[in-house]
Amino acid sequence: MNDALACAPPTPQTYKSSYKPIWCPGCGDFSVLSSVTKALAMIAVPPEKVAVVSGIGCSSRIPAYTTCYGFHGVHGRALAAATGLKVARPDLTVLVAGGDGDGYSIGGNHFLHACRRNVDLTYVVMDNHVYGMTKGQPSPTTEPDWDSKLSPGGTGVRSFHPLVIALASGANFVARAFSGDPNGTAEIIAQAIRHPGFSFIEILSPCVTFRPEQRDWKNRAHPAPVTATDDPARAARRIMTDDGFNIGVLYAGSRPPYPLGRTKVPVAVAELEAEFAL
Amino acid sequence: MSPRVRRKAPAANGGGAMPRTLTEFMAQALVMEVEAAQRYIDLADAMETHNNREVAALFRKMAAIEGKHAEQIMREMGWRETPAPPGKRVWEGFEAPETTPVDDVHYLMTPYHALELALAAEIRAERFFARLVEATTVETVRRAARELRAEEEEHVALIRAWMEKVEKPGPDWAHDPDPARYLD
Repeated sequence: MNDALACAPPTPQTYKSSYKPIWCPGCGDFSVLSSVTKALAMIAVPPEKVAVVSGIGCSSRIPAYTTCYGFHGVHGRALAAATGLKVARPDLTVLVAGGDGDGYSIGGNHFLHACRRNVDLTYVVMDNHVYGMTKGQPSPTTEPDWDSKLSPGGTGVRSFHPLVIALASGANFVARAFSGDPNGTAEIIAQAIRHPGFSFIEILSPCVTFRPEQRDWKNRAHPAPVTATDDPARAARRIMTDDGFNIGVLYAGSRPPYPLGRTKVPVAVAELEAEFAL
Repeated sequence: MSPRVRRKAPAANGGGAMPRTLTEFMAQALVMEVEAAQRYIDLADAMETHNNREVAALFRKMAAIEGKHAEQIMREMGWRETPAPPGKRVWEGFEAPETTPVDDVHYLMTPYHALELALAAEIRAERFFARLVEATTVETVRRAARELRAEEEEHVALIRAWMEKVEKPGPDWAHDPDPARYLD
């Protein structure tokens, strides 16, 4: 990169890698990628100061599509890896991304404790209420009566409510976004990154292949008619009683984040090796 | 596949904040063109990945055209650098009127479908500027909106003419002998 380019303010393009997404045409994740790059340009953090950590699933491919450092990790363990990274390198902006299956089922336990620990991370979940990569099995957020070849008559199991669970578990910032609103989503992601502590954004991101009826979400999503509250009880009531399509920051708390930089982090490879010596 | 021109009835003023100055209005118009171009690039990339090269090439062409419109605005306004986008948008809804919704595409779509989407986008843009001509109280904005409306009308006519030359898709255009999702 020459000096002139290095000094130029970043644009969304600065954060886009040369790899082309292999998502199905029409997938909401394309817009989420665009929102992530727009948000990073808004906060103007250099790509080398950002790490994007993910698990497994369609949406978890996102690190490869950015120019930031990336870690495409183990199924459901993105938050665990990201927590370790942030504690070791508090100077990095750590963005965690994944889907509803990865985050709420396989990684459900990590989700609860990441909220509880309140480490300064931003967790973006692209929720399409289905396991798309493995051909359409119901996920934790799938409606109980969703009838499909793989779940005839529906699972009959109550859907997971990630926003209220995040709130109850201690997340410091809770928001819902919609992939069909890429500019609004970018603004929410930028706010979430700036907010101290654990920030959780559920992004409704339609799967046009296995849930084509979700194309209708664009007619249902609407801006939340209220501003964010810092009162968890009020936020919980709002989240529990809304229609599931309220878009915006729903809770912005002031709980102190997990203190970083308390422990000495070994930086030399020899020191790291010594810690693993038998 | 049936691209819709508008999903919600638009408000008389476009539903968003009215531009107060010509600069503010043209900055919005620039955002419209840039976002439309970027979306076409994303769609072209997606189609290329799925080996639908004909449609990818068409989307890329549309992106280049929208890019030229953006350059034209920059030139006319004497802007050397892209101005900061205005805080409040003029249009109602989540995306600018000329932007093709990301979910209106299909991996087996044909060039005709792509042109239908482009046509719908140009019609939305033309209607948007028409409403602004009616609603604005700022004379310089009205004049510019009128000009842009006329340009969009031209684009609508050009795309209609283009569609005449392109083969219409058959009823089985979405047939995939090995579909991602089995419905039977």
